[in-house]
Amino acid sequence: MRGGGLLPVAGLLGVLAAGQWLLPAYHHANLVRIMVLALYATGYNIAFGYTGLLSLGHALFFAAGLYGASFAATLAGLPPGAALAAGTAAGGLAAAAVGVLALRTAGVAFMIVTLMFAQAGWLAILALGPWTRGDEGIVLPDAARALAGFDLSDDAVRYPLALALFAAGLLACLWLVRSRAGRVMVAMRENEERARMLGYDPFRVKLAALAISGTYAGAAGAAYALMFGYAGASLASVQYSILPLLWVLVGGAGTVAGPFVGCLLMFYLIDYASSLTSATLLLVGLALLVLVLFAPRGILGTLREKGVRWLP
Amino acid sequence: MLRIDAIDAGYGPTRVLHGLSLEVRAGEVLCVMGRNGAGKSTLMKAIMGLVPAQAGSLTLDGVRTTGLPAHAVARLGIGYVPQGRRLFGELSVHENLEIGLMARRRGQRVRDHVLSLFPRLRERLGQTARTLSGGEQQMLAIARALCLEPKVLLMDEPTEGLQPSMITLIRETVRDLRATGVAILLVEQRVDTVLQVADRVAFILAGRLAEIADARGLDAGAPQFRQYVGV
Repeated sequence: MRGGGLLPVAGLLGVLAAGQWLLPAYHHANLVRIMVLALYATGYNIAFGYTGLLSLGHALFFAAGLYGASFAATLAGLPPGAALAAGTAAGGLAAAAVGVLALRTAGVAFMIVTLMFAQAGWLAILALGPWTRGDEGIVLPDAARALAGFDLSDDAVRYPLALALFAAGLLACLWLVRSRAGRVMVAMRENEERARMLGYDPFRVKLAALAISGTYAGAAGAAYALMFGYAGASLASVQYSILPLLWVLVGGAGTVAGPFVGCLLMFYLIDYASSLTSATLLLVGLALLVLVLFAPRGILGTLREKGVRWLP
Repeated sequence: MLRIDAIDAGYGPTRVLHGLSLEVRAGEVLCVMGRNGAGKSTLMKAIMGLVPAQAGSLTLDGVRTTGLPAHAVARLGIGYVPQGRRLFGELSVHENLEIGLMARRRGQRVRDHVLSLFPRLRERLGQTARTLSGGEQQMLAIARALCLEPKVLLMDEPTEGLQPSMITLIRETVRDLRATGVAILLVEQRVDTVLQVADRVAFILAGRLAEIADARGLDAGAPQFRQYVGV
């Protein structure tokens, strides 16, 4: 099973921790965003990479976290910690609610149904302009971003916070996929009918996986809102359902660290391509084409297949 | 033990089984034979709830299983080794067995018993299932089904595509299981295997029970094999 060990994960987290002091300011700021988005991708991987649920609706769960935390901070006046918890819970609840309906379908139908839910959520955000401020979005006031006297707009503060969140998510994912429940999820991905004949209820297993995945998306969305002080409809668009899928595919579906690797690579690929041309997506597309040809199971997935078994 | 009573089943509007009735008793091997398309695998799937029964009833020890989803049927004690093995290829042998054990919260005792039936699997516990040989994969498929300690075991052509030594092993395993009181419904096309392991043989023709015979009264030249199986 693609589980990997604790040691390489600890090594990756150690390198990221060192980045707090070693990275130049530009990359330091980038890594904050990458770690938050990698948390999102790690959760997506639980549904897609480990359970085989190809969702195109995760933008809804990310947005639930984003707006859940923003409303908790601005309307209810909750402190950032409570707002983060509210956003995380909103993501998990949204995923569970969507799952109850969408998991009655499978395969392409599941993709379409989840996409429809996410699009409905995005349209609702646009339609509820008086509260969500639509495309313009909500800008969180500085007071809502002060955590125990620390300013969350300061990179020196949000880097360790992003790292702590990402580390918690990554370690929880490692624990989950190495647990018995994780094996059942993989069994469901490998052969749902066979798992059913062993007495497992696919609906319950997949619903649990989707709810966990949504909780990750909610946490990432909430952290994004609180750290970058913004929640807008663009972050709930279909692009934010496709991006985690790409990150996971690039890094390696069903590998623990693959989503981070994919997110890191894609982030810098887009960043570099945009410095060369305005046709950024053309270069990104070519790079992805090369990757698909030479590493069809993603970077870590292919390396593991070629014998580097210790990669997480 | 398992009672199939006048069952009709099929796929969508196509009916494959027509009023088929059978009973499998504890400690008995009932072989099901018939030509391709006769409905043997559909019968297995209908028992498991993978194909809906359009009429008739299925009962296990008096408990009605008709209409239950497959996972509920499995939990009641019906194990299924489908045609083509269908393992969890990315998981190791150990993990494949563990998933079977977890399903009904079985522990070390059952695991040891299952591995005693297939000592070769003990040597391959850490190996990924898809890298096993065909015979070993079949062993693992049977072993995993046994992890549920089923009362009834459905086996769909378990010797298909295996080398002779593996076929012998599968036959021995079937006999060992029968001795423990498990009821076995075995779809099999090999006459020699049927004659060695079966107590009774049910011949199916176009989705209907054509004849049910005591295996002791059959030999390789019995007309039923030519008439219903074409061998």
